[in-house]
Amino acid sequence: MSDGILVFIEHREGVINKTSFEAVAAAQQLSAALGLDVSAVVLGTDAGLAGEVAGYKVGKVISAENPKLAAYTPDSYTDAMEQVVRSLAPRFVIFSHTYLVRDYAPKLAARFGKGLIGDCIRVKTEGGTVVFSRRIFLGKIDADVVTEGEPPVFVSFQSGAYRGEQAEKANGAPVESMAVEVGEVRMQPEAPFQEMKQAVDLSKAEVIVAIGRGIKSQENIALAEKLAEALGADIAASRPICDAGWLPIDRQIGSSGQTVAPKLYIALGISGAIQHLVGMKNASTIVAVNKDPEAPIFDIADYGIVGDLFEVVPVLTEEVKKLKG
Amino acid sequence: MKIIVLMKQVANKDAILRINREENWIEEGDISFEVNESDGYALEEALQLKEKKGGEVVVCTMGPQRAKSVIKDALARGADRAIHVVTDELPHAGPFAAAKVLAEAVRAEQADLILTGLQSDDYGYGQTGVILAELLGLPHATIVIEVDATGEQLRVKRELESGWYQWYTMQTPALLTIQSGISQIRYATLKGIMAAKKKEIKEVQPEASAAVEQFQRITKVYFPLKTKQTQFLGDGDAKAGAVQLAEKLRTEARVI
Ligand SMILES: Cc1cc2nc3c(=O)[nH]c(=O)nc-3n(C[C@H](O)[C@H](O)[C@H](O)COP(=O)(O)OP(=O)(O)OC[C@H]3O[C@@H](n4cnc5c(N)ncnc54)[C@H](O)[C@@H]3O)c2cc1C
Ligand SMILES: Nc1ncnc2c1ncn2[C@@H]1O[C@H](COP(=O)(O)O)[C@@H](O)[C@H]1O
Repeated sequence: MSDGILVFIEHREGVINKTSFEAVAAAQQLSAALGLDVSAVVLGTDAGLAGEVAGYKVGKVISAENPKLAAYTPDSYTDAMEQVVRSLAPRFVIFSHTYLVRDYAPKLAARFGKGLIGDCIRVKTEGGTVVFSRRIFLGKIDADVVTEGEPPVFVSFQSGAYRGEQAEKANGAPVESMAVEVGEVRMQPEAPFQEMKQAVDLSKAEVIVAIGRGIKSQENIALAEKLAEALGADIAASRPICDAGWLPIDRQIGSSGQTVAPKLYIALGISGAIQHLVGMKNASTIVAVNKDPEAPIFDIADYGIVGDLFEVVPVLTEEVKKLKG
Repeated sequence: MKIIVLMKQVANKDAILRINREENWIEEGDISFEVNESDGYALEEALQLKEKKGGEVVVCTMGPQRAKSVIKDALARGADRAIHVVTDELPHAGPFAAAKVLAEAVRAEQADLILTGLQSDDYGYGQTGVILAELLGLPHATIVIEVDATGEQLRVKRELESGWYQWYTMQTPALLTIQSGISQIRYATLKGIMAAKKKEIKEVQPEASAAVEQFQRITKVYFPLKTKQTQFLGDGDAKAGAVQLAEKLRTEARVI
């Protein structure tokens, strides 16, 4: 398929990661703009999962097979994908920017003498030039990026940048099995596990008061706790607060913490990095208090106060108490 | 155990960022800088490993002269010596070019372990460590939140998504990208600051050809378009905003 688009399909324990279909949607959009064929690739020991992908509108599905692909390792996946990419010679190789992709896609790209255009939020074509956009400075600024040099271009999209439901379906793309060589695998993975049942389950909380680095010190958390008490809310935090040991890890919201969907989420001194947003963006009402008017948290807030949380929180606490009578 | 820690200087998190006149980067003149968050944790992990196993901790930074402050701080906390790849332009050249230069700067050290942060807070590539491992022929593990170096082999705990974890075992030499929060970061002591003054900082220049190898180039930077209609309250008066907010939460959002 020389000169096409190749999409990487990720799976774990027999289930395809749903963000892979977002990558399919991204590939289909790029395909429409540039007139390129789309192929998908699934790595594994057999063609089992490839059939599931064949229901999407793609030219073909490659099932790259080797017994060493039973469990993910960066060494085995890089070896396998390198062969698939070399044999298909696509112009673009598209991934969803998951932790697994972060772990091996840069290594794969390096085998082609380049990096990955990682964690993109958009792609557009401007007079034949393909322009990718990605967030920099923890989401505060967008950057348009163009690529130079020979294909392939390796690019990953942020989760949520495209909608998986928008990936077009069709009937039965052909599945092609490809036996791939895998060299020495230098790391031995053990089975993934979850920590002991968390003491706090915030997924059912109706109201959450969340604090970020803007709270400045552990002592100041009492201020937020008073507001939480007035509201009957649970307290939660961004990662740096838990990293510092100011609150236990089971209070952390985000990609490596809990995912919540309360009626009300009040973010105090949280900038709104994507890894935090994925954990709380489905709250019905979002309030952000931040002294930086450009803080990305405001992009998803229903109500915002640009200002010092140490001025806002005591007044808000009193007002809430009054209203609740 | 010889450990190299890659540390990068980035814009201070609380800095108010402005776009430069060329619209291709931020205005750097009027902001302060600090060490990249996860790199501070990488250094702490290296220092703790050294305390347990002995050896040496070498810090490597690529950046302009101002990045010396990152090095000095690391030496004060307990790193033994440093390599400074002095360059103004290279940090903008993309993760592959950066990793290539860093690989040449550390290759001869033959370290047992290389630690990097998992992601830089400015470019946010999350790639430099992984590419460096490939260029040096080392096995790697990313998003590491625990390192067990007591056994014959290295055992590391990786963070996966939404509360899942996984242990990997591998031989050294290896490269790990460290996640923030792996342990609590120590402060520099006065004694450490004094001792740091005598420690070696080796300056190296990258090869001129390195900067040319651009594969991804930023053409424009800008503030993200806001997609949501946020109701801003208080109009600069935080307290008035709080009063209005309480009212809105009752009448509009109906959550009070
Ligand atoms: C792989 C990976 C996984 C991650 N997982 C998570 C995760 O699960 N959860 C998570 O939260 N993060 C996670 N992160 C980290 C994330 O990228 C951000 O670094 C983090 O969310 C930032 O936290 P913050 O907003 O509290 O701090 P900062 O980004 O430092 O923001 C602090 C904010 O407070 C504001 N502020 C300061 N003082 C005041 C004041 N007096 N009044 C009002 N506002 C003030 C500032 O303007 C700033 O916007 C992860 C990162 C990676 C790379
Ligand atoms: N200029 C640099 N100097 C030293 N280390 C760097 C540099 N750039 C990246 N790194 C390291 O690579 C990690 C990942 O950076 P990045 O790939 O830019 O997200 C950082 O946390 C640092 O440990």
